Amino acid sequence: MDPADVNITTAVVETEEVIAPGHTYTSVSDRVSDMVLTWPIGIRWAAGLALALGLLLALNLALAVVFTIGVGVWGINIPVGWGFAITNFVWWIGIGHAGTLISAFLLLMRQQWRTSINRFAEAMTIFAVACAGLFPLAHMGRPWLFYWLLPYPDTMGTWPQFRSPLVWDVFAVSTYLTVSVIFWYTGLLPDLATLRDRAKNRIAKVIYGMTSLGWRGSASHWSRYEVASLLLAGLSTPLVVSVHTVVSFDFTIAILPGWHSTIFPPYFVAGAIYSGFAMVLTLAIPLRKYYHLEDFVTMKHLDFMGKVMLATGLVVAYSYVMEAFMAFYSGNSYDRYMMLNRMTGPYATTFWTLIACNLVIPQVLWMGKFRQSPPLLFAVSLVVQTGMWLERFVIIITSLHRDFLPSSCGMFYPTRWDYMTFLGTLGLFFTLFYLFIRVLPMIAIHELRDLVHKKSHEAKAAAH
Amino acid sequence: MAEFETPEQVLEAAERARDEGYRRMDAYSPFPVEGLAEAVGFYGTRLSTIVICGGFLGCFTGFFLCWWPNVIGYPLNIGGKPYNSWPAFIPITFELTILFSALSTIIGMIALNGFPMPYHPVFNAPRFDLASRDRFFLCIEARDPKFSVTGTRDFLLGLDPIEVSEVDS
Repeated sequence: MDPADVNITTAVVETEEVIAPGHTYTSVSDRVSDMVLTWPIGIRWAAGLALALGLLLALNLALAVVFTIGVGVWGINIPVGWGFAITNFVWWIGIGHAGTLISAFLLLMRQQWRTSINRFAEAMTIFAVACAGLFPLAHMGRPWLFYWLLPYPDTMGTWPQFRSPLVWDVFAVSTYLTVSVIFWYTGLLPDLATLRDRAKNRIAKVIYGMTSLGWRGSASHWSRYEVASLLLAGLSTPLVVSVHTVVSFDFTIAILPGWHSTIFPPYFVAGAIYSGFAMVLTLAIPLRKYYHLEDFVTMKHLDFMGKVMLATGLVVAYSYVMEAFMAFYSGNSYDRYMMLNRMTGPYATTFWTLIACNLVIPQVLWMGKFRQSPPLLFAVSLVVQTGMWLERFVIIITSLHRDFLPSSCGMFYPTRWDYMTFLGTLGLFFTLFYLFIRVLPMIAIHELRDLVHKKSHEAKAAAH
Repeated sequence: MAEFETPEQVLEAAERARDEGYRRMDAYSPFPVEGLAEAVGFYGTRLSTIVICGGFLGCFTGFFLCWWPNVIGYPLNIGGKPYNSWPAFIPITFELTILFSALSTIIGMIALNGFPMPYHPVFNAPRFDLASRDRFFLCIEARDPKFSVTGTRDFLLGLDPIEVSEVDS
């Protein structure tokens, strides 16, 4: 049986609120926990997981080849030494940023619409960072020596170069992953307790019981929980900005034309949020359809996410224009050539596709009709993600392939292993995501109860 | 132990119990109820202090980690540039500040809550599994000086609960 065939007692009504009217503490708790505890495993879920596992196998194969033969199986060489690996790294890290932003920044801003989307957006963050982390490791060539990046008193008496952005990256990304996991788990604690109390299966009960650590919902637990989640939100917000800033330092600290630019940190952060919200939409739209979550992930959520995408997209557009303007205005012939080469050189097709994907097409989001239509929004979100991937590709490849000297000009042609590693990480991401939606509540249940409570208060206040 | 249907009821019950002179009690709810912690006599938490200590520790660790190898452990003279080039040490200092603060937040919360604690007497209360779903509980503990089996039961029954029960500790 498919989840789509499960009888939903209430009719699906599209609503303009952040949660459909008529929900009670009981109904939201049961609805979200039942998806994990009692809904049968659907054929579509199984098929999706099988596809994702297939891609994961491709990743294993690609990495096995890269590790045994070497990174030469990728299309990288001098001058283009970074290729797909770093493109994918930056793309995945960027995707992760929206999850943290939704859970942390919108919590600080007291935005109620974050409630239904923060849990799976945070899961998305963790899985995306896991995918991102693979690429620098694989790109090292000798990944078994990765621990040389860590500061430890080795017998040679040497240390990592703490003035290098590549070392900052190690600290930023590992901190980001750790803090994201901590934030996610803190939010999960009360929900794991709900699952423990509602599970009928003995094994499930024990597992949820152990992972919920004995949460009782006592007033003191909640008091500490609220302090902890506010603190974590306050810590994550600057963290998320710093992570993509440090990622952009990987480029800006170099002297290469096309990289050496002070606009990069804010431009990268905006781009990260842009692609991240696109990924949240890519996940949210099928989830709400196949799991009938229209009550919780409402049109209002989709509308807001579309608006955030539009706003960050405009920041990105401004950055592109400024980047081109500064290249010409600076009077620096290398910068000027870099820009002309991007627009008319051998990679001009990718450049103009990127402009179409990131600048032109997303402008349809100005129209409310587009933001209110899940299929169109889904299509735009895929376009934006493609565009953001191309953006990183263009920044890395076109800047590297022709720099100062004609003797260091070259071309980059991706090989099948490049594509396989990239598609493989999509497999890793979706495998983790498919498993997540079956074993953990994909919406924060206790926050939904809180939302129901607040909404009932608002309704009472309005009635008076 | 009394079971209630709405957050307003349990909050009122906790406040009445406090006025009555009960001090050792706890309330259980499926989501944070504003004012409930204060009503059962839980004022503030030391969590913020733990986190700021963790943050300072992370900050010093991060800076020391960059400074010591560059100035003391393995100084390299590159074109006469200063060994203690502190602006370049800021990113790592910042990241470790956040990392240590976040770790102290979760470790602090777990430790102050007394976790992991898979068993607790209140789990034996009838229908306590609803405390994580849609019901609100107020528990007056037997070690409260004012506690008496009949007196406390009568008091709780006067608060219009769904049910009042005794839980063995």
